[in-house]
Amino acid sequence: MFTRRLLMAIAASVVFAGSAFAQDKSILVASTTSTQDSGLFGHLLPMFKAKTGIDVKVVAQGTGQAIDTGRRGDADVLFVHAKAAEEKFLSEGFGVKRYPVMYNDFVLVGPKSDPAGIKGSKDIVAAFKTLKDKGIDFISRGDKSGTHQAELNLWKVAGIDIATDKGPWYKEIGQGMGAALNTAAASNAYVLTDRATWLSFKNKGELVIEVEGDKRLFNQYGVMLVNPAKHPNVKQDFGQQFIDWLVSTEGQKAIADFKINGEQLFYPNASDPGA
Amino acid sequence: MPGDVSALQLVLTGDPALLAIVRLSLIVSLSAVVLAALIGIPFGAALALIQFPGRQAVIVVLNALMGLPPVVVGLAVFLALSRAGPLGSWGLLFTPKAMIIAQTVLVAPIIAALTRQTIEDLWLEYRDELNAMNVGPVGRVATLIWDARFSLVTALLAGFGRAAAEVGAIIIVGGNIDGFTRTMTTAIALETSKGDLPLAVGLGMVLIAIVIAVNALAWTARRAGERMAG
Repeated sequence: MFTRRLLMAIAASVVFAGSAFAQDKSILVASTTSTQDSGLFGHLLPMFKAKTGIDVKVVAQGTGQAIDTGRRGDADVLFVHAKAAEEKFLSEGFGVKRYPVMYNDFVLVGPKSDPAGIKGSKDIVAAFKTLKDKGIDFISRGDKSGTHQAELNLWKVAGIDIATDKGPWYKEIGQGMGAALNTAAASNAYVLTDRATWLSFKNKGELVIEVEGDKRLFNQYGVMLVNPAKHPNVKQDFGQQFIDWLVSTEGQKAIADFKINGEQLFYPNASDPGA
Repeated sequence: MPGDVSALQLVLTGDPALLAIVRLSLIVSLSAVVLAALIGIPFGAALALIQFPGRQAVIVVLNALMGLPPVVVGLAVFLALSRAGPLGSWGLLFTPKAMIIAQTVLVAPIIAALTRQTIEDLWLEYRDELNAMNVGPVGRVATLIWDARFSLVTALLAGFGRAAAEVGAIIIVGGNIDGFTRTMTTAIALETSKGDLPLAVGLGMVLIAIVIAVNALAWTARRAGERMAG
């Protein structure tokens, strides 16, 4: 009977699914949307797998959420970009050691017409003050991601208490970088983004880079093994192999070689102990 | 998935990454529907036939659960399966099994509620006959489920539609891991966030086509079954 055959096929697929899910040599890395959406992991992971046979599964989240995933013991390795939050994670005993890996930078993008009149400036703090003074539409991630934490820090440096000073011009969307860029493109607003996501983003619309090149827009990425003493399920050996490879000469070169339209997206700096 | 290609190209060239995504979507959603049917159909049928105090309240709650928000189900299953949660030692978070569990929770109330209604309507028709033949409660449930089997296909399809369409639950418990827990809906969410709206729309069309194909298959099976049953 046809229905019975269909049911059997479904049952078989369920059983098959069970066996297909069995996997051994793999680790789970909680990382940020910038590293995944830019295509960096698509570039790095096949090389690492070819060398070690280890499958790296990436869950791309905001840095805040990724750190929480590590704190709960649901990831083996964290690859994020918010140094203060990473050091807090370490000091609480949830991580073993933090290794600097690479950096890129943030850029302020906005509409081509530049209603704030800040295009070409290299002073991000002055630009933020102008946005606030003129009440120009600004999209904030509002999701505790690394980029959101960098943005909040810039408001603080500008002497603006954004929690109390924000007006209807300041829109917290509580979503990822891509969603924030989509929102800014659709509403002609300004938004702070990491350069990697910006370069690989495909729905730029009227948006252009307004402010870049300020030292305060520096964006450092770090990698940490989740502490096996806190979470015995952490795959310490495989996780450490991944970290060691990222900071090795070979891994650092692979990061430098990753380009979109000839433009390098991330700059390796594992050898800089202060990063 | 490779950049700068349309979804149509991916389909026509049989892109392996896309096929893996389609396959996982079907495995997760169909498995969830099967599990939910195993729970929901007997539960719904029993609820239709057995009288007990508070039954009306149970029916109202069950009907309301058809509208369970996927993101809430995802969060609940996430908290249960997380290493820090009660079932953490199972190590299921961020796996397809976790996605099946979440969708089963979403779909079971839909199948149970629709089964309850179908069986109750049929019961009004069969009551005198079954009473006269002195059939016990288990026999009644079995008889009614069997005779309602073609109508219950619609309940299964409603459940499948819900499972195939949702993204809120599986993106939380699956993590949208490339090549492992990425489904059609989470891929669409990802491409949207990357600003590749044409590819996202194309994938959406592929998803709709798949859902139509599954429904057509179920419809054909139902018709064939009805003909054979005479």
